[in-house]
Amino acid sequence: MARIELQNLAHSYVANPAGGKDYALKPMTHVWEQGGAYALLGPSGCGKTTLLNIISGLLTPSDGRVLFDGKDVTNLPTEARNIAQVFQFPVVYDTMTVYENLAFPLRNRGLRGAAVDARVREIADLLDLTPDLKRRGRGLTADAKQKISLGRGLVRPDVAAILFDEPLTVIDPHLKWELRSKLKALHRALDLTMIYVTHDQTEALTFADKVVVMHDGGVVQIGRPDELFAKPAHVFVGHFIGSPGMNVLPAEVSGRHARIGAHVIALARGYPHLNGEAKIEIGVRPEFATLAPAGAGVPVRVKRVDDLGRLRIAKVELSGLPMAATVPETLHVSGDEASLLFDPSMIHVYANGSLVEGEAA
Amino acid sequence: MDKPVNQGAWLLVLPVVLIVAFSAIVPLMTVVNYSVQDTFGNNQFFWNGIGWYQELLDPTTELGGRFFDALWRNLLFSALILSIEVPLGIAVALSMPREGWRVAATLVILALPLLIPWNVVGTIWQIFAREDIGLLGWVVNRLGIPYNYTADPLSAWVTIVVMDVWHWTSLVALLCYAGLRSIPDAFYQAARIDGASRWAIFRNIQLPKMHRVLLIAVLLRFMDSFMIYTEPFVVTGGGPGNSTTFVSIDLVKLALGQFDLGKAAALSIVYNLVILAVCWVFYTVMTRMDAGRS
Repeated sequence: MARIELQNLAHSYVANPAGGKDYALKPMTHVWEQGGAYALLGPSGCGKTTLLNIISGLLTPSDGRVLFDGKDVTNLPTEARNIAQVFQFPVVYDTMTVYENLAFPLRNRGLRGAAVDARVREIADLLDLTPDLKRRGRGLTADAKQKISLGRGLVRPDVAAILFDEPLTVIDPHLKWELRSKLKALHRALDLTMIYVTHDQTEALTFADKVVVMHDGGVVQIGRPDELFAKPAHVFVGHFIGSPGMNVLPAEVSGRHARIGAHVIALARGYPHLNGEAKIEIGVRPEFATLAPAGAGVPVRVKRVDDLGRLRIAKVELSGLPMAATVPETLHVSGDEASLLFDPSMIHVYANGSLVEGEAA
Repeated sequence: MDKPVNQGAWLLVLPVVLIVAFSAIVPLMTVVNYSVQDTFGNNQFFWNGIGWYQELLDPTTELGGRFFDALWRNLLFSALILSIEVPLGIAVALSMPREGWRVAATLVILALPLLIPWNVVGTIWQIFAREDIGLLGWVVNRLGIPYNYTADPLSAWVTIVVMDVWHWTSLVALLCYAGLRSIPDAFYQAARIDGASRWAIFRNIQLPKMHRVLLIAVLLRFMDSFMIYTEPFVVTGGGPGNSTTFVSIDLVKLALGQFDLGKAAALSIVYNLVILAVCWVFYTVMTRMDAGRS
């Protein structure tokens, strides 16, 4: 069992951090529930691996505490925590057989004989490694090696959480999907907390129940994949998730209207308490901005239409600001004059990048 | 009609053939030529067939006795220094820093002995180990341990073995260090998570990664120590008695001291073949072990 709590956790690789810039991980407080499948999603350098290494104990945080089931483990070494970690590059002990690899963590913890054998065979069976048990680690394919790395974590009966650090980076594309499904199946079969670091949104969205989006050392949103899509808490989430990402346009918002240049767009909610100093933007995903013939909605100039196979995306300009919109199947685009129809409930207002909750009238 | 083979290409190989011929084949054949003849000076040569070889390989003759004595000394010496330098080199490599300015400092200090010419190393130890004015020899004697490399064979052996260890352990250490540096951090992190002991990390991660460089280190050190000449020649001159006379030293005595060109040539050829054979055995055994692991 592991319910992971992070209390005011922060980390700096600099000895005496002066300001926010010195922190690889900005202060955060979160609770991750036992048995959840979490994905840490963010671009390279956003601090997701740092956070993972702090949870696994490979790194001691400079500030704050880590609690497993209410027990402070901040200063416990990694071998004393009931976690396992799978790394980007598969770690396999070359000179040992697959069987010995799987037995290694158990033998290191003093287990011997039948107990080890039963557990190794059970896990090998779970990971489809049984036919390879007698083979040496060397010469196995990358995906088999990665399964062994995972197996060395699963084999320990004390393990309650498994951490993955971009585990599919070196796996062939056609095997990635298979291995990801395997992970998902394992998560369902075993009562384990899984934390999965990745910069690939598809991987994160298909693997996790909850996606933790990180940006610049901080967590910007934790939510289910559909929440991240429908209601990004930060413009970064809007950009990073979805393809193409959310349109973010500077606008003047007053009451239930957003004004962009000479055009006014209706909003579903009211925003009476906006901070006058803040940079106000509206965000709308291309999926909720539909191209229509000129005159039907807000006038735009069409620059280009891209056929993505499943749907068509138009690159348009609204008052000179570039944005993307969906082209309905029935619409035939001719000339560069057109207009946009918005779904008002899917237009979000951001102040300095963060979502502002509107008031329903 | 097109010619499918262009014989002119042989011309391109010619420079290499010439260089190899003059640098290796011709001198080697000269030695082979000497080894089947006898000479009494005046540039007069007499055919002796395989006579010298028969004498050399028969331990009951004077020449054969000398050769086998020297050969055993060589083998003992190589075995001693390998059994000291390899474990010591690994230990040094394991304790070297992994990052920071100390890496550069350690590398420079370790490289220093390797940069000193052989005869200078010999001279340094010849003086350092003298019982009257050498720091080492004087201190050891004052500690009550009888030590005199010019009179006592054991002292002489200890001196040349320690000298070789001082001179060449760095090479093994540097090679092992290179092997250790090629291990990604993830291996150590995974080992910590797996709860591996220090010994298990060494046995299962570090040693396998050092395996290839160790093969090179053992081969280099074996060949070098088996051909050792300069340092013992400078320090002990092969003495006391013949106790540190290695094959190479004996060879020089035979060829330049006694001017027995025929015997010396036969000895050279056999010496060469012994080194080749032992290296081949080493290489085959170690690569077999390597293949057996995968």
